[in-house]
Amino acid sequence: MELILSLGIGVLTGSGVWLLLRPRTFQVIVGLSLLSYAVNLFIFSTGGLRTGAAPILEGGRAGTLAMHADPVPQALVLTAIVIGFATTALFLVLLLAARGLTGTDHVDGKESGR
Amino acid sequence: MSGWMDHLTIAPIVVPLLAGAVTMLIDERQRTLKAAIGMASALALLGLAILALTVADSGGGVVRVYRLGDWPANFGIVLVLDRFAALMLVLTGILGVAALTFSLPRWQKAGAHFQSLFQFQLMGLNGAFLTGDLFNLFVFFEIMLAASYGLALHGSGLARVRAGLHYIAINLSASLLFLIGVSMIYGISGTLNMADLAGRVASLASEDRGLLEAGAAILGLAFLIKAGMWPLGFWLPNTYSTLGSASAAIVSILSKVGIYAVLRLWLLVFGEGAGASSGFGGTVLLIGGLLTIGFGSIAVLATQNMARLAGATVLVSSGTLLAAIGAGQMAVTGGVLFYLTSSVMAVAGLFLLIELVERGRGVGADVLAVTREAFGEGDDEDADDGGAGVAIPATMAILGIGFMSSALLLAGLPPLSGFLAKFAILSPLLSAGPEVPVTTWVLLAALVLSGLATVVAMTRVGIDVFWASPAAEVPRVRVAEIAPVLLLLTLNLALTIQAGPAMRYMEDTARALHAPQDYNGAVLSGIPTAGPAAGGAR
Repeated sequence: MELILSLGIGVLTGSGVWLLLRPRTFQVIVGLSLLSYAVNLFIFSTGGLRTGAAPILEGGRAGTLAMHADPVPQALVLTAIVIGFATTALFLVLLLAARGLTGTDHVDGKESGR
Repeated sequence: MSGWMDHLTIAPIVVPLLAGAVTMLIDERQRTLKAAIGMASALALLGLAILALTVADSGGGVVRVYRLGDWPANFGIVLVLDRFAALMLVLTGILGVAALTFSLPRWQKAGAHFQSLFQFQLMGLNGAFLTGDLFNLFVFFEIMLAASYGLALHGSGLARVRAGLHYIAINLSASLLFLIGVSMIYGISGTLNMADLAGRVASLASEDRGLLEAGAAILGLAFLIKAGMWPLGFWLPNTYSTLGSASAAIVSILSKVGIYAVLRLWLLVFGEGAGASSGFGGTVLLIGGLLTIGFGSIAVLATQNMARLAGATVLVSSGTLLAAIGAGQMAVTGGVLFYLTSSVMAVAGLFLLIELVERGRGVGADVLAVTREAFGEGDDEDADDGGAGVAIPATMAILGIGFMSSALLLAGLPPLSGFLAKFAILSPLLSAGPEVPVTTWVLLAALVLSGLATVVAMTRVGIDVFWASPAAEVPRVRVAEIAPVLLLLTLNLALTIQAGPAMRYMEDTARALHAPQDYNGAVLSGIPTAGPAAGGAR
C-alpha cells in the first residue's frame, strides 16, 4: 500500500516537474495540475494509511479515538483541491490571453532562437 | 460595547470581504458608488488597525485570541492579535488608503472589478497577519495571491500578461511547496496550530526531528520565494515593474508578507525553547539575505528604467531584512521591524511617484538617456534655455522633492527614518560583545554598499529625469494622485521625528517575538483537560 502510493506520488511529481520546465504554456499548466495531484495525495497520506478500515465507525464496536481515520488531512486536501482548481482555471484564462496577445504559446511570449 | 470590541480581531477580515462582495454585485458603470464603498472600507480598515494597535500595546502588551466557533485552539481555528500583527495591519491600512486614493482618478477605470480585487487583496493580507494556524495561513496566502494576480493583470497589455504568466506559474509552484511543508509538519507533529507546534518541537523524538526540519525548510522556501531571496527572486523586479502603479504600491507589501511569515514562524517554532532545533536555518537566512543584498545592489545599478529600479530596491530591502533576521538577536529584531515599516512605506511611495514622473516623459526617453551617457552627447542641449532663472514648475518641484526623499529613505541616509532603521540594525550587532564576528562585518559592509549603490542609481535617474532631460510638458498631476505620495513621505517623516516611541514599540514587539510564552499561553489557554469546552473569554 505504502509502496504503491509513494510510487504514484513520485511518478506524478516527476512528470509534473518535467512538464513545468517545458517551454510551452500548455505543458506548464498540465505539469502544474499533475504536481497538485501529487501534493494532494501526499497530504492525504499524512493521515496514515490503513487498508480495510472503517471510515468512521465499525459496526458493533464502540467508537474510540483510536478507531477514527484522521479527519484533518481530509479537510486539508479538500481545501487544497478547491484552491488548486480555482488558481489553475485562472492560469488557463491567462494562458489563452497570452496566446491571443503574443500569437505564440511559448512561455516567454516569443519563440526562442528565431 | 465590550461585546463588539471582542470582534475587533476578526473585523479587519470581515470588512473588506463584505465590501469586496458588495462592489462585485454593483454594475461597473456606477463607478462613484463602488469607489465610495471601497474607500469607506479602506478608511475603516485603517481605523480598525490603529485601534488594534492601541489595544495590543495597552497594559504592557496584550495578546487577543479569537476562537472561531469557540472551539479550543487545538481543534478549531484561531485568529491572534498581538503587537506584530497589529503593526502589519496598520501598514496594510496605510498602503490601502494611499493606493486606493491614487487609483481614484485613473487606475480604477483601467479594467473591470478593480475595487473588488483591491478589497480581497486587503482581506488576504489582513488574514495572513492575523491567523494563528498554518493551514489558514495557506488559505489567506491564496486569497492574497489570487487578488494580486488580478491586480497584476489590471490594465492588461502585452507586457503585463507576459510577466503575469511567469508570476502566476511561480506562485502556483510556491503554493504547492507550501502545502508539502504544511502536511509534513502536520504528519510529524500532529498539529497545525503555530503555538501548539512551538510547544511540541522541543519534545520531538530525534528520528522525527529531521523530517520536521525538512518540512519547515520546504515551507520556508515558499515564504522566501515571496520575499524574493536571491536564487528565488528573479521574477520579482520584472513583475513589479510591469504592474500598474496603484497595484504595485499594494502588491509591494506581498514580499513583506514572506518576511512576516519567516520572522513569526521561525522565532516561534525554532526559537530558544526549541531544544535541539533551536536556531535551525539561521545561517541560511543570513547568507541568503547577504546574497540578496548583493544581487539587489547590482540590479539597482544596472537598471535604467525607474520602475525596474523600484523593483530592485524591493530586493535590497528584502535582503537586508532576511540577513538581519538571520543574525537572530533580540536587539536586532527591533531594528528589523523599524526598517520594515520604513521601507514598506518608502517603496510604495516610490512606485506611486514613478508613474507621475514618467507621465511627462516621452516614450523611449530611457533609451535616449542610455545613448547620451554612452556617447557623451547632449551637453549642448541646454544652450538655448533663454537666460538664467528658468522657473521649475511647482509640480516638478514637488515631484523632485518626493523623489529625493524616497532616495534618502531607501538608501538609508540621514536625516530620514531609513538611516535610523539601518542604525538600529547595526548598532546592537556591533555592541553585542567584545568579539564582533565576521558575518557582522560582512553585513555592515553589505548595508553600507547597498546604500551607496541605491544613492548612485537614484541620483543618476534623478538627474536624468529632473535636470538633464526635462519633461517635454509638465505632467498633469491631480491632487488625489500626489496626496498619497506626500502622505507616505509625511508618515516616514513622522516616524523619524517620533523615533523614540516607535522604537520602544518595535523593541517591545521584538521581545515578545523572541520570548513567545505570552503568545503561546494566550492561544493555548482554555484548552480543556477533560469535559466540554468552557465558554468564556473569546
